[in-house]
Amino acid sequence: MIHAKDINEQSKWQELTPGCEIYEPATASMTITGEWRTMAPAWDPSKCKQCLLCAPFCPDSSIPVVKGKRQDFDFDHCKGCGICYKVCPFGAISFGKEEK
Amino acid sequence: MSIRDRLSGNEAVAYAMKQINPDVMGAFPITPSTEIPQYFAQYVANGEVDTEYVTVESEHSSMSTCIGASAAGARAVTATSSCGLALMWELLYVASSSRLPVTLALVCRALTGPININNDHSDAMGARDAGWIQIFAENNQEAYDNYIQAMPISENPDVRLPIMVCQDGFITSHAVENIELETDEMVKNFVGEYNPENYLLKHENPLAVGPYGVSPYYMEAKVAQVQAMKNAKKVILEVGKKFGDETGRYYGFFESYKLEDADSAVVIIGSSAGTARATVDKLRAEGRKVGMLKVRVFRPFPFEEIAEALSGVKAVAVMDKAESFSAAGGPLFAETRSALYDLENRPKAINYVYGLGGRDFRVEDCEYIFDQLDEIIATGKTGEVYRHIGQRG
Repeated sequence: MIHAKDINEQSKWQELTPGCEIYEPATASMTITGEWRTMAPAWDPSKCKQCLLCAPFCPDSSIPVVKGKRQDFDFDHCKGCGICYKVCPFGAISFGKEEK
Repeated sequence: MSIRDRLSGNEAVAYAMKQINPDVMGAFPITPSTEIPQYFAQYVANGEVDTEYVTVESEHSSMSTCIGASAAGARAVTATSSCGLALMWELLYVASSSRLPVTLALVCRALTGPININNDHSDAMGARDAGWIQIFAENNQEAYDNYIQAMPISENPDVRLPIMVCQDGFITSHAVENIELETDEMVKNFVGEYNPENYLLKHENPLAVGPYGVSPYYMEAKVAQVQAMKNAKKVILEVGKKFGDETGRYYGFFESYKLEDADSAVVIIGSSAGTARATVDKLRAEGRKVGMLKVRVFRPFPFEEIAEALSGVKAVAVMDKAESFSAAGGPLFAETRSALYDLENRPKAINYVYGLGGRDFRVEDCEYIFDQLDEIIATGKTGEVYRHIGQRG
């Protein structure tokens, strides 16, 4: 069985699954979808109270929470919508044009 | 041991469906295929099958039902004609690209307009590039036999493509003919159970079907789909041979009728092959070397095999029961002439579009075509390649 992690943009046609079926769940995390972002949030841990209001507001699960603490943004998937910046009560998230 | 009976083409297909007892049927009526879901509904009501009979509000939904059921792991069937197939258009591609072996009984009918309920191949030929296997029947017996062979072909793991089992609207679908049916036991054993390796309802192995395929993946997916269609050629021949071994009725890609020593031949699909065969018999009795090639499998198209079968003839008329509006010939002509191109000594080829919207195709018409072929052979001049026959004026 061919697994999603073994399929990438270098895969030959023989290395795809029939009908491009995907045989396991939650494979979207393997696909980088943050490439088209133009704006980006920035997290300031010194101002962050770990209230965790930002994480559930993120429409794309791009704020990972480990053992009750939020981590830095998952920029592979963040689309730069700015909702986290809007909801943060402590000014711990800034938002601006992304420099590449 | 075959059972002698008399059935219409629609009855024959519904009877084959009953013997197979599929898991799901997406049912929606349209002339001339309406009788298939109608007869099958009686089998469901009588408890003769345990098929989930899903009555939907359109053909778009009947094909969607089949796609969902097939992805879930069920054997799914439906039947349609004409604009019903046209309404399925979008879903035909979803079924084939998702590699779901749905079986569609297509009772061929003209497409509007003018509005017409009679037979030609506009519907099937319009869907020829949708990635479905397409098999055509000349008569009721072939409609029945092709249906029984459909699932062993389409569900083969090397193929996994949907299949259209086509017959001619009214001409075979409503005309009652003598037929040899097989026993329920033979059909059940021949078709077997559908056991896909992966399916949505397989709880230990979550599956996603029909993902988004961006440009770095789409072309690879299509090449893989082409390979499946190429693989179907071998499987179609194997299944046709096995069916013949069990019933005495053998099937290949096409039937060659008196082609061995023929100088001229017609290439034709469907019920009008009976007319062509009668014409060949008549002209042979008069000492003329004529033959016929009846195409059974249109997708995948048997290019090399058809070229080989026609390699000895001097002139060939390819008969299209559909317009393609290329203004240069119909779809069967395009494929057949392309196949002939690779021959060292290729026959001269002309195209006749005939029988549109139920227009009769008679022995006299076919005889006229053989006369035209004789003239091409005698003069060495093909003349107009793209012709119509049977219209006034």
